[in-house]
Amino acid sequence: MNNILVAENVSKKFGEHTALSNISLEIPKNSIYGFLGPNGAGKTTLIRIINQITYPDTGRVYFDGKPLAPEHIATIGYLPEERGLYKSMKVGEQALYLAQLKGLSKAEAKKRLAYWFERLQIGDWWNKKIQELSKGMAQKIQFIVTVLHEPKLLIFDEPFSGFDPINANMIKDEILALKDKGTSIIFSTHRMESVEELCEYITLLHESEKILDGKLADIKRSHKRNIFNVGITIQDHKEKLLKDLEAQYSILSSNYDQTHHQLDLRLQLPNDDTKTVLQMLSNKGNINHFEEMIPSANDIFIQTVKSKDQ
Amino acid sequence: MNKLKLIIIREYLAKVRNKSFVIMTFLSPILMVAMILLIAYLTKINDSEKRIVTVLNESDYFSNAFQPSESISYIKLRNLSLQEAKDSTIAMGNFGLLHIPRNSSLEETTAEAFLFTKESPASMVLDRIETIFQNRLRQNRLQKLGVSAAEFANIDDEFEIKTASFSGEKNLKGLNEIKAFIGGAFGYLIMMFIIIYGGFVMRSVIEEKTSRIIEVIISSVKPFQLMLGKIIGTSLAGITQFAIWIISASLLLFVSMALLDIDVNTLNSNPMLTQNAMTGMATMPAPVESELQFYALELFKIPWVLLIISFIIYFVLGYLIYSSIYAAIGAAVDNETDTQQFIFPIILPLMLAIYVGFFSVFSNPHGPIAVGFSLFPLTSPIVMMMRLPSGIGEGGVPLWQLFTSIALLAVTFLGIVWLAAKIYRVGILMYGKKPSYKDLFKWLKY
Repeated sequence: MNNILVAENVSKKFGEHTALSNISLEIPKNSIYGFLGPNGAGKTTLIRIINQITYPDTGRVYFDGKPLAPEHIATIGYLPEERGLYKSMKVGEQALYLAQLKGLSKAEAKKRLAYWFERLQIGDWWNKKIQELSKGMAQKIQFIVTVLHEPKLLIFDEPFSGFDPINANMIKDEILALKDKGTSIIFSTHRMESVEELCEYITLLHESEKILDGKLADIKRSHKRNIFNVGITIQDHKEKLLKDLEAQYSILSSNYDQTHHQLDLRLQLPNDDTKTVLQMLSNKGNINHFEEMIPSANDIFIQTVKSKDQ
Repeated sequence: MNKLKLIIIREYLAKVRNKSFVIMTFLSPILMVAMILLIAYLTKINDSEKRIVTVLNESDYFSNAFQPSESISYIKLRNLSLQEAKDSTIAMGNFGLLHIPRNSSLEETTAEAFLFTKESPASMVLDRIETIFQNRLRQNRLQKLGVSAAEFANIDDEFEIKTASFSGEKNLKGLNEIKAFIGGAFGYLIMMFIIIYGGFVMRSVIEEKTSRIIEVIISSVKPFQLMLGKIIGTSLAGITQFAIWIISASLLLFVSMALLDIDVNTLNSNPMLTQNAMTGMATMPAPVESELQFYALELFKIPWVLLIISFIIYFVLGYLIYSSIYAAIGAAVDNETDTQQFIFPIILPLMLAIYVGFFSVFSNPHGPIAVGFSLFPLTSPIVMMMRLPSGIGEGGVPLWQLFTSIALLAVTFLGIVWLAAKIYRVGILMYGKKPSYKDLFKWLKY
């Protein structure tokens, strides 16, 4: 069993509206998995199905090899997009209550809360009410109650929206630390750049359908188009170089900085053979940089949707 | 069901610890007692006000007719003109002047009699004077038919028919009303509880929605568990509050009555007040001394065990039906102002039940309207409770009606809670849109 979660042909309709159609995916254990896609693509519905808040019309979901069942609730941690806490309830009581709802005993919950409050340096908040705390402080509590029961699978829906940069960073570090301990993590977001760097695997959802999934690195590799950015310092023979290059490759753009004698080029190569072009360039001047343009998830998404629509 | 218990405890504590709950709980009995005392006091003042009517009697009739009573006394004037009489009445500050002119016959005399008052006269005064005139006229007519004054004095002997049930037990008049009052108290209690605590449930759901904690919670528990826990927890808080009210209100009333030396009978003579007091304490109108024992006996015969068991059944089922509707409404909307359009249809059957109860069941506890409304599930908790004090079986509620009513209520309970849970489940995750009835109907199919 290498997958923490497997979905097979999951579909969900709300009245006339289709939220998910025939989604199948596999989420490997101890990975960070991204559900990416614009608003309304079906990400939240899929997450709610995993959390057993709603149920699929058809299809099956397996958790750790077994059909998803109520007992799995205690092994999943979920930070919803729409999140909050009881405003007039004390921090400690509230955290204890939510932990107990996840199946922890009162004593165990207390012990773990003490650890987390210490770790995030919020020990003296126990008797404060949420309404007395700032938004950033409340977010820390929110994070703690999400991870307190040490779930095998953590789900974060739009994790960084509404978090200030300091807290967002703190949470990112804590999430990575949890991953190192063996937790599997799902991120869901419509701001694809925000979690792209964290995800090993992604699924792209668009209008209720899965349009792409797999290992992010593989996807990127398969979507790269051998476009390279080149910076070269060249004083003479600039025109000749451009001519030589044009004979073999297509130049997508070029820009020459007179004062620094710097030529910036964007080249489209026919394949991933960079040796020839590098040799040719290095004979003409000093190469400042030479890098492949790796498409972002967002680029891939737009490209895939476009190619689908055609 | 450990989670359900956790939810119930949280909801209970959240409600009971709330400042406004604490204030309401301890202030209400004081306010209530203060109200009762105020009304009793005002009634006393009102009763003790004596109206003085000056009488200018120029006729040969009515020489001894104007005897002072509790509330009216008369001053007779002689040998004055009407204008002088008017002036002196005003000067003395009396309530009014009754002028009976001199005329050949009694009929003409009465026809031309006038009551002059500063303000429009109180109906009580008018009644009394009119009665005097009517009696005199009747006596006059009967005398013409040959009835002597002595015979006339006996003519109006009051008569009360004795009543009994077929099995020979003695019935007492007014007992139906007393029974209906007891039933009314139970019904009223159910209605108040539903409206107050249903509202609390609704606000609590809205609070969870607006604070956005709802999705965090339902990723741990089923929405239905949360709804049920909320309803039960809130109602336990309500029962706590009612218990504190009833105990402290009775204590306070008892103590203050002893201190202020207010006669219980003064309170009971005011029907409005009795009705108010019924919600908390079942006080009985004081019957005539000799019949007191019979009434006491009859009160004992009221099937209290049946009443209390039925009350619990009707209370629990009725409250659960209504509060789950309240919960569904809370789930459907984003804020309290949007609830109006949905709340009105809930209050309607409750109000209907109370009005039908007070106007129809009191006078005819087993008539077709009373039967109909005591079977209809949304009104039966209130209306049936008003019928039940007369017992079941002969002379009371037929057994089949009681069972049908409870069965219908139970089926409705299951149906409504099922529907409400569906709306609740969908509604709690819907934000930013004010739903219409059409939307709610759609949610049922999700």
